[in-house]
Amino acid sequence: MPVIEYIEAIRTAMKEEMERDPEVFVLGEDVGLKGGVFGTTKGLQQQFGEARALDTPLSESAIAGVAIGAAMAGMKPIAEMQYSDFMFPATNQIISEAAKIRYRSNNDWSCPVVIRAPIGGGVFGGLYHSQCPESVFFGTPGLKIVAPSTAYDAKGLLKAAIRDPDPVLFFENKKCYRLISDEVPEEDYVVPIGKSKVMREGSDITVIGYSMPLHFAMQAAEELSREEGVEAHILDLRSLQPLDRSGILEAASKTGKILIIHEDNKTGGIGAEVAAIIAEELLYDLDAPIRRVCGPDVPAMPINPPGEKHFLLNKDKLKAEMLELARY
Amino acid sequence: MAKQIVEIVMPQLAESLVNATIDRWLKEPGDMLDMYEPICELITDKVNAELPSTVRGKLVKILANAGEVVDVGTPICLVETEQESAASLPQATGMADEAVSLPAAASRPAAAAPVAAAPAALDPGAPMRSRYSPAVQRLAAENGVDLSRVAGTGLGGRITRKDVLDAIESGSALPPAPAAQAQSPAAAAVPPAPARAPEPPRIPVVEVDEGHAAPGREYAIDVTPIRNTIAKNMRQSVTEIPHAWTMVEVDLTNLVQLRSKLKDDFKKNEGINLTFMPFLLKAVVGAIKEYPLMNSVWAVDKIIVKRDINLSLAVGTEDSVLTPVIRNADQKTITGLAHEIHELARKTREGKLKLSDMQGGTFTVNNTGTFGSVLSYPIINYPQAAIMTLEAIVKRPVVIGDMIGIRSMVNLCLSFDHRILDGIICGRFHQKVKEILEGFGPDTKLY
Repeated sequence: MPVIEYIEAIRTAMKEEMERDPEVFVLGEDVGLKGGVFGTTKGLQQQFGEARALDTPLSESAIAGVAIGAAMAGMKPIAEMQYSDFMFPATNQIISEAAKIRYRSNNDWSCPVVIRAPIGGGVFGGLYHSQCPESVFFGTPGLKIVAPSTAYDAKGLLKAAIRDPDPVLFFENKKCYRLISDEVPEEDYVVPIGKSKVMREGSDITVIGYSMPLHFAMQAAEELSREEGVEAHILDLRSLQPLDRSGILEAASKTGKILIIHEDNKTGGIGAEVAAIIAEELLYDLDAPIRRVCGPDVPAMPINPPGEKHFLLNKDKLKAEMLELARY
Repeated sequence: MAKQIVEIVMPQLAESLVNATIDRWLKEPGDMLDMYEPICELITDKVNAELPSTVRGKLVKILANAGEVVDVGTPICLVETEQESAASLPQATGMADEAVSLPAAASRPAAAAPVAAAPAALDPGAPMRSRYSPAVQRLAAENGVDLSRVAGTGLGGRITRKDVLDAIESGSALPPAPAAQAQSPAAAAVPPAPARAPEPPRIPVVEVDEGHAAPGREYAIDVTPIRNTIAKNMRQSVTEIPHAWTMVEVDLTNLVQLRSKLKDDFKKNEGINLTFMPFLLKAVVGAIKEYPLMNSVWAVDKIIVKRDINLSLAVGTEDSVLTPVIRNADQKTITGLAHEIHELARKTREGKLKLSDMQGGTFTVNNTGTFGSVLSYPIINYPQAAIMTLEAIVKRPVVIGDMIGIRSMVNLCLSFDHRILDGIICGRFHQKVKEILEGFGPDTKLY
């Protein structure tokens, strides 16, 4: 099976879906001629033409609005937000229109739009190129949200998102783009939305998270296994909305010691909901207080390197927390 | 990361203390220490205390062994800590097309620091020993595991879910449990549950004396620091204070009925058991108010009478007896006293008493009835003036008027400093305690 980069997995998912279904098209800032600022849409305009790889003005509300309209008219748009930080002008379209159309029209209309947005820091991008906006959209019924951590899941989830009959936010981690490579089958497959995945089996502690921080957790887990004999059970949520309740409960009850990690800030983050689900269902399986390691509750990612390093999760921070929990 | 060796010194545990004895080490060289993690237990004249680590790092060397008396400010161990060196700033990576790389590893000092499992897994004094998580309780209940026999490998000796699973698998700690703890009316003085393997002596140097006639027929146990302190205080008390002794018999029938009537509601409302001790303390306080000389200290050329009534409570543990203090006991209701007794007994059992919990006592009460004693000769808690015991409450046929009735009777024994007190005042004091105790009845208010 070929090993490809995370970004390549996203690109091939779009390419294959555009080949499969003529209604699928991409739109966004610089996605056409340039092929995206990260190169995610490279080659799509050459292959599918200007009408299906559409360069748009610098207006996220317009990108989302056009995509939503096209979706309601029966097309399958993939709207790209260049950075998720720029997504907020489109929040009204996404939350008040896309998320509500099916409900509001009593099933007469639907909105099968995919909105892709790169999240996360660690690229010295500072406050407008590093944000994790998951929690802004997380509490909105009617939206699906996915955030893959591997190339395999990136491809499979993007295909599932494109084929989904309702709006899906696809949060790809920009730090994963070229850092993460793994085996991705050449044949067509989808990763179902709403299903988590066990990345690592273990019996001492359970780590639950999504996106880039899971890779730090995996590195920390290997070191802890080697050095301390601590075996971590690691669950990749993959889908944030809907959350995989049964997957979360199964992983949590496996050890009774739960550490939830994400880069988005702690207060009101996905981890709070995961912790609440566990607290609601699993009181008698808990062996330690549920813990969270998340980004700090500060307004933005600092641009200075030491500040950014302090803000971000890393292997050592997670290792210390994991060991502490294991020894609790 | 620069490694650095840091000394941990003996802290000044209280103003008056100039040294302390290391009772035992909780950590060994090679163990990782987290900030504030207990590294050893200290003994002073008054109290046991855990010494928390002041740094995060690896214990490399112990400089003072268990049993040694160490002066305040003297280093007791060496710890290797990690300090972040001024790392060169990472190269800024382009934002867009360029590849991004993982940040240089490690930003937090001692990332892999915390917490080695406590060595004494069955130590009932470990701070987290009796904190059971829901998972532990459920597993223990479902599988009939006696948690008092499960070794705790978690932080602070906590029994983890895995410890219970291991115990189930190995079949240890399954019923029948050893003798259940007797439900004594005076929980305050009940020693900790005996359901554990006998602990090795604190300073495990046992010399077998084979020099004499019967080789191997006797052995010596080194005196632990706490035993030494007890011995010193007891000797000082009996040699300096001329003890006199007296006893009265008290009819507690009404109080027994009152307690039976109230105890279930009390447990429900207050969350603790209603014992006889708070009633006795109430009575003692009332009598001291009338005869304040009982609350005094002999100072050779004068007698110092204390206005504050701070009752010391003798609380036994497995290997010692401690006397934590209820301050201003005269300002408390029976319920308030019950809570204080419960709290002090708990702290004593868990080894959490602070020096401040032990100081300032002016009169001591001991519930010797717990051990089934009906008569005892207590030694005064130096330098106080008197000590009273509550013996076991027993039902006896008693002559009342010209009839014989079955009554709940108890003996109160009083040892007093005959330099300060004489028979008459002690007799009156004793009678007053008796009068108050016998006066408790159906109308007594606990609040």
